[in-house]
Amino acid sequence: MSAPAMTTGASRQVVLGRHEELKIRQRMVIEVEGVGIGVYFIGEEVRAYLNICPHMGGPVCQGKIMPRTLEQVADSGKSLGLGFSKDQMHIVCPWHGFEFDMLTGRHPIDKSVGLTPIPVEVSNGEVVLTVGETRP
Amino acid sequence: MNENSIPNFREIGEITGSTDSRDVLAHATRQAAKNFDDYLIVDVDAHVSEDHFWSEIIDLIDNDVLRQIGQHQVKGFGGSNALLNISPGLSLQSVGGRIGHQGRREPVQDDGVHRFISTARRSMDAMGLDYQVVFPSAMLLLGMHPQDEIEVALAKAFNRWMIERILPIDTRMKGLLYLPFNTPEACEELVAQYGATEGIIGFTVCSTRNKPVHHDCYMRLYSMIQELGKPLAFHSGYHWGDPSFAQLNRFLSMHALSFTHYNQIHVTNWIINAMPERFPKLNMLWVESGLAWIPFLMQRLDHEVMMRPSEAPGLKRLPSDYMREMYYTSQPLERGNMKLLEATMEAMNAETQLLYSSDWPHWDWDSPATIGSIPFLSEQAKRNILGLNAARLFNLDTTRRKPLAEDVLANRPKTAS
Ligand code: FES
Repeated sequence: MSAPAMTTGASRQVVLGRHEELKIRQRMVIEVEGVGIGVYFIGEEVRAYLNICPHMGGPVCQGKIMPRTLEQVADSGKSLGLGFSKDQMHIVCPWHGFEFDMLTGRHPIDKSVGLTPIPVEVSNGEVVLTVGETRP
Repeated sequence: MNENSIPNFREIGEITGSTDSRDVLAHATRQAAKNFDDYLIVDVDAHVSEDHFWSEIIDLIDNDVLRQIGQHQVKGFGGSNALLNISPGLSLQSVGGRIGHQGRREPVQDDGVHRFISTARRSMDAMGLDYQVVFPSAMLLLGMHPQDEIEVALAKAFNRWMIERILPIDTRMKGLLYLPFNTPEACEELVAQYGATEGIIGFTVCSTRNKPVHHDCYMRLYSMIQELGKPLAFHSGYHWGDPSFAQLNRFLSMHALSFTHYNQIHVTNWIINAMPERFPKLNMLWVESGLAWIPFLMQRLDHEVMMRPSEAPGLKRLPSDYMREMYYTSQPLERGNMKLLEATMEAMNAETQLLYSSDWPHWDWDSPATIGSIPFLSEQAKRNILGLNAARLFNLDTTRRKPLAEDVLANRPKTAS
């Protein structure tokens, strides 16, 4: 597994819009000069990742968003069955189903595998992405 | 705001089960444009998703009674699984809908071309494939059907559908004749009838069945196929009803083991009964079991044959020597440990024996980059595995058949990505 390289030339900023308006959406996927980026809104937090999957380069940000699946285990060791997490959401790659935690961008089992983060911040109420000049 | 600001961006949509294949696969097209647009690429195992066209196949059944039952089921509960033995409730491939292209239904304009060809062309162009060989996916379990006569009837109908309706439309599509292996005489009839047909480049047996491949009832069939000079493929599959696999509670566990299990059984019987010595010119191809099982089985069989040669008296060489002369398809390629993969490819002579396969549109499909991005393979090895080995085995013309990747990217609908 190798994360695709995002070379850093002179960085530029992209203003996506007012955070108040965007945060009611869970996700937006954009293309800036040929580079795909997924932007995720989790409460007041914002994250952005390159739309290229570390598995085989699939359009990872364009898949489903699903809660993390958990297996509850009782103190006795018995399984209490499967359930969805109430607070952890996963980005699911539509090509083969790799899942990544929306906040950390890491795979839930092999944490060495993760999405490529793109700098994003809320500045003066606006969501601002910083992108490099060159393509991944 | 920074004066370098880029105010313009474009929003792109979610990829779903109804997204155009060219958009789903746009990243694969970019990989092709960048790295292997001038390679000959042959995909030896893609899937018809014939469930979309199942009623067309049912209508071609030659037995009046079975056709009537099938047509009745198509209109009712059986639907696109009419007469089949698959269990819809156990079809967990899409992981609860997370992987939308498994069972996809994308819109296709009615331009007079069969809908199957229209969708297949999209995926071929998007992945940069010159040829694609289609396997019937819903029929992969037919070897476990309790009614052998239904396997025979569906085999005849499917082969007719493929030969009469599909293959003549586009010479980039190739077919392997489905053999209803539970009924050897019917296999012989089909080989005699269609074996030399243009577009039929070999024969396939769905491996999921409990029939020993060395049984004497198959010797005439193997002779006929060897005579024709076309390969015989065994396409593996799963079967959760098998008592061993019924212990496994998750689809992934059953899937991981059963797809290698059935081909291991058949390769073991094939070698220990010295079939390569009996049919030395018959090219064998083992499909959709990945590669990790190959060095495992080579080592296990070599180890035991050295100690018990009296139980494999027909062998003149070690099992691994015979296995190195067989052919294998690549998907689903285990790439998690490159050192192990490198040792595996060396052990099996992948440079000459391995054939790329996509398995598109199934959930665990592999794009050509799965081979093209392997760091230890030489350029020639990549070219061989992606297409030249298949061209040699199937006797395919190596002239470029696909459009330029850049043209595919320019002409895709861009409804998503
Ligand atoms: S490319 Fe994302 S899961 Fe394979």
